[in-house]
Amino acid sequence: MRLKRILTMAAAAGLLAGAAHAQTAVKIGVLNDRSGVYADLSGEGSVVAARMAAEDFGAEAKGITVEVVSADHQNKPDIGSNIARQWYDTENVDVIVDVPTSSVALAVNEITREKNKVFLNSGAASSDLTGKACSPNTIHWTYDTYALAQGTGGAMVAQGGDSWFFITADYAFGHALERDTTALVQAAGGQILGSVRHPFPGSDFSSFLLQAQASGAKVIGMANAGGDTINTVKQAAEFGITQGGQSLAALLLFITDVRSLGLATAQGLIMTEAFYWDINDQTREFSRRFAEKHGGAQPTMVQAGVYSSVLHYLKAVEATGGKDPAAVMAKMKEMPTDDPAFGQGTVREDGRKMHDMYLFRVKSPDQSKGEWDLYEQLAVIPAEQAFRPLADSECPLVKKG
Amino acid sequence: MFELLGIPPQALFGQLLLGLINGAFYAILSLGLAVIFGLLNIINFTHGAQYMMGAFVTWMLLHYFGIGYWWALLLAPLAVGVTGVLIQRFLLRPLHHLDHLYGLLLTFGLALIITGLFRNYFGVSGLPYQAPALLSGGNNLGFMYLPNSRAWVIVASLVVCFGTWFMIERTRLGAYLRAATENPTLVQAFGINVPLLITLTYGFGVALAAFAGVLAAPIYSVNPNMGSDLIIVVFAVVVIGGMGSILGAILTGFGLGVIEGLTKVFYPEASATIIFIIMALVLLVKPAGLFGRTA
Amino acid sequence: MAITTTTGDAAPRNATAPTPDHALGMPAHHKLIFVALVAFVAVGPFFIYPVFLMNVLCFALFASAFNLLLGFGGLLSFGHAAFFGMASYVSAHAAKVWGLTPELAILAGTAAACVLGVVFGALAIRRAGIYFAMVTLAFAQMVYFFSLQAPFTGGEDGIQAVPQGALFGVIHLSDPMALYALVAIIFLGGMALIYRIIHSPFGQVLKAIRDNEPRAVSLGYRVYQYKLTVFVLSATLTGLAGATKAIVFQLASLTDVRWEMSGEVVLMTILGGIGTIFGPMIGAAIVIGMQNYLAEFGAWVTVIQGVVFVICVLLFRKGIVGVIGSWARKPL
Repeated sequence: MRLKRILTMAAAAGLLAGAAHAQTAVKIGVLNDRSGVYADLSGEGSVVAARMAAEDFGAEAKGITVEVVSADHQNKPDIGSNIARQWYDTENVDVIVDVPTSSVALAVNEITREKNKVFLNSGAASSDLTGKACSPNTIHWTYDTYALAQGTGGAMVAQGGDSWFFITADYAFGHALERDTTALVQAAGGQILGSVRHPFPGSDFSSFLLQAQASGAKVIGMANAGGDTINTVKQAAEFGITQGGQSLAALLLFITDVRSLGLATAQGLIMTEAFYWDINDQTREFSRRFAEKHGGAQPTMVQAGVYSSVLHYLKAVEATGGKDPAAVMAKMKEMPTDDPAFGQGTVREDGRKMHDMYLFRVKSPDQSKGEWDLYEQLAVIPAEQAFRPLADSECPLVKKG
Repeated sequence: MFELLGIPPQALFGQLLLGLINGAFYAILSLGLAVIFGLLNIINFTHGAQYMMGAFVTWMLLHYFGIGYWWALLLAPLAVGVTGVLIQRFLLRPLHHLDHLYGLLLTFGLALIITGLFRNYFGVSGLPYQAPALLSGGNNLGFMYLPNSRAWVIVASLVVCFGTWFMIERTRLGAYLRAATENPTLVQAFGINVPLLITLTYGFGVALAAFAGVLAAPIYSVNPNMGSDLIIVVFAVVVIGGMGSILGAILTGFGLGVIEGLTKVFYPEASATIIFIIMALVLLVKPAGLFGRTA
Repeated sequence: MAITTTTGDAAPRNATAPTPDHALGMPAHHKLIFVALVAFVAVGPFFIYPVFLMNVLCFALFASAFNLLLGFGGLLSFGHAAFFGMASYVSAHAAKVWGLTPELAILAGTAAACVLGVVFGALAIRRAGIYFAMVTLAFAQMVYFFSLQAPFTGGEDGIQAVPQGALFGVIHLSDPMALYALVAIIFLGGMALIYRIIHSPFGQVLKAIRDNEPRAVSLGYRVYQYKLTVFVLSATLTGLAGATKAIVFQLASLTDVRWEMSGEVVLMTILGGIGTIFGPMIGAAIVIGMQNYLAEFGAWVTVIQGVVFVICVLLFRKGIVGVIGSWARKPL
C-alpha cells in the first residue's frame, strides 16, 4: 500500500545543525477518513496538526527527525487494520494517531497491542478504548461517549430538560450512546419517557420524530451520529418539532456537522465538545496559526487532539531518549500535558487523557458574527467529572482496591 | 420501547400517511424499472444513480444557475433522460443481442462510476436544498403536521404514475411500444423506427428516476449515496410486484411503502428488512410475483 | 435465460477440435498450470508481503467458487457476499467466543455458509436469469441488515481480536509462515475440488443445462436439483474462503456482507474470464492488487472498478484468461 509522504524532515538538516547526540527517527502515521463523512473532521487537517506539533516541538533542533505519513481508512475496520498492520510490519511506523470511527479504532488498538507499538487515538468515541479494550499501548485523547453523555445528558437535566425521548440508531454505537446518557439523565433526576430504534443508516426519520413528538418529552435525544443526526435535525425542523417547545439534544455532533447544517437549521442545538477555537486566548492563537496552514479552516477537536497527542509523544521521546513503546508510554502517563489547545492535563493509567469538556449551544444566525462563530459556551465540565471515574473502570490495567 | 398496543388512531394515520409518501418514491422508481425491463428486457442497475443524479441536477440548477424547483421538475428529468439516451444508444445497444445479464452488469458498472464520480466531487455529506416557498411550511391535519413538500410528493407521483400507465396502456404510442417489445421485426416492417423507440423508452424510464430525485431533493439530503441503498429495496419491490405489469409496479410500490410505515410503528428495528421478508414469502407462494405474468 | 458463455464470447467452446475432458486425467496444459500455481504459492511469501498474498488467495478461492455458479452453472448471483460474510462472522465467533481451534472454526463458518446456501438457493432458484440475480441481491441485503443489528456480529465494529489459535491444537498460527501454509493448502485444496467438480459427470450435466436447458430437461435431468446442488457447492466454497479470511485478518466486519462485495466478486470473475478455470483467481489478484496499490486514491477505486466493469462487458467479455485461452486454442 503506497502512502502519501506528507513530510520528511530531512536528516541532512538535522546533521547540519550539528546534533551532538544520535538522531532518533520517528515515523508518525496519521490514519483517518480522507474521503468520507469524517473527512472534514479529521482528514488532511490532522496531518497539518501533526506537522505543526513537530514544528512547535522543535524536533529538528533536538535531534529528532519526524516523518509523517497518512492514509485513508474509509471508515472500515478491515481497511484500517490492514493499513495499520502493513505500516507496522513493512514501513516502520512507530505511532499511529487520529483514527476516527470507533470500529476502526478498536481494530487498530488490537493490532498496536499485538505489534507492541503506540496508538494515540484522537478521533474515536468508544469509551471501551479505556474500558474493556484498554491497552498499555493506547492512549485515548480528546473525547469519548461517557464524556459526551455526561456533558449533554447531565447538563441538559440541569437546564430543566428532565424528560427524555430517544431516537436511537439501531447498532452497537447508538445503543451505547443511549445507555450511557440514560444512566446519567436518571442519575441527575430526569425521566426517560420512551425510545425508538431506527435502522442504521437511516434516511427518513419522520416516523420516529412523530413518535417523539407524541411522547411530549422535553428533550429529544438523538443517539445517532453523522448523517443520521444531520437528517434528524433537518427533518425535525421540517416537521416543526422545536416550534412545539421540545429541544433537540445531539449526543454526537461535531462543528463540521453544524457547518453543514447551517445555523438556520441547527440553532439551539445542544452538544458537548472538547475543544473550540474561541474558548480562550491560547486556543485562539493556536487556531489562528492552524487556520493559516489549513486554508482558513479552524481546527476541530479531533485535529486539536492530534496536535496535542503528537506534541506530548515527542516530549516523551525526548525525555526517554528513545522510542521504546513501554518507556514512552510510561513517560506520557507520568508527565503532565501542556499545550495551547487543551491547556494542562494528565494521562491516566487506563490510557485516558484528562481535560475539561465544554457544553455548547449552537448560536442563531443573528448571534453569529463570523463564518466560524458558531457556538455559545454554556458550561465547563471539569476533567474529573467528565470522564468515567477509575473506580467504575472495566480496564484490566487499573489496579483496584 | 413505546407502548405499542392501543396506539391512538391519530398517530396511526400519521404513520400511514408517511408510509404512503415513502411508497410514492418506491412506486415511481419501480415504475421506471418496470418500464425499462418490461419493454426492453434490460435491468437498469443504474436506476439508483440516475435518481441521485436527478436530485443533484436539481441542486446544481439552483446553485449554479439560480433555476428554481418548478423548472427543475422539467429540466432535471430531461437532462438525466438525455444521458440515459446516450447510455442506451452507445453502451447498451451493442449488447442487445447478448444475454440480458450483460446489460445488468454494464449498468452495474455504470452505477459504480457515476456514484464514485459524484462522491469524489461532492463529498459524502449531504448538500442542503431549500424547498421552494410554495412548498415550505405545512398544514396541521389534526392528527399530524404535514409538511407541504411531502404532500406534494404524493400528488406529483400519483399524477406521474397514472399518466405513465395511461400512456403505455391506453395510447397508440404505448401500443407501438408494447408491440415493439413482442415482435420488433414485424413492427419495424410497418415503418416504425423501433431502435429509436427503444432508446427513447430507456430515456423515459431514466427520466422517471430523475423525477423521483427532484421530488426527493427538498426532503432528503442530497448526497451521492442516496440511490445505492434505495435501489436494492426497489429491486425487491419489483420482484414482489412482478415485472410483467406496469400497474402492478405502481400498486406494489405504494402498498409496500405503507407496510414499511406500519412496521416503523410496531417494530421499527425490522423496518429495513420487512420488504425483503415479504419478498421471500411471495417467492415461496407465487414465484412470478403478485401481478407477474411472466414467470 | 441463464447467462451463457456460448454466444461465441468465451473460451470453452472455441476450441477447434473439441478437447474432451479425458477420463484418463488432466490435459497436459492444465497439469502444467497447476504445477506453476503450486510453485508460485510456495515461493510467493518470500518475495511478496505474506498478508497481501493471503488476502489474494482467499479472494481467489471466493472468485473461483463464484465462477462455479456463474461460468459453469450459468447463474448470476448478486448476493454471494452473504455467504462470504456470514461464514466469516461464524468462524470469527467460533474462534473467539466458543474457543474452537482454527480448523474447527473454519469448518463451522463453512457449514454456516452451506446452510445459508441451501435456504437461499431453494427460494432463489425458483426464478431464473435476471430475477434470480435480483432475488439473490435482496437476500444478501437481508443478511446485511441482520448483521448490522444482531449482537453476535458486533454490528459496525464487527468481531475483532479473533484469536488465531493453534491449528489442531499444536501449530501456532501466530507464526506468519504457519498461517500462510494453512491458507495456501486451503486455497489449493479448494481449487482442486473445483477442478474435480467441473471435470466430472456432474459437471458435464451442469454445462449441458447451462448451454441448453430445455434439451437437458427433455433428456430427463432434474434441472432444479442440479442447479441447487451447484448453488450450494458454490456457497459452501465461498464460505470456506470467508471463514479462512476471518482467521487470517482476525476480523469479521460488515464490509464482507455489503452488496459492494458481491459486485466485486462478479468483477473479479468477469475480468479473469467467466467459465474459465483459472481466470477468476487472476481476476482476484488484479482487483485486490488494484485496491492495495491505488489505496491512496481511495475514493477513485470505485470509479476505476466501474470503468473496468464497463470495459470488460463491452469489449472484453472473455476476460483475460479467456482471451489467452482462445489464443492458445485450449480451454483454460
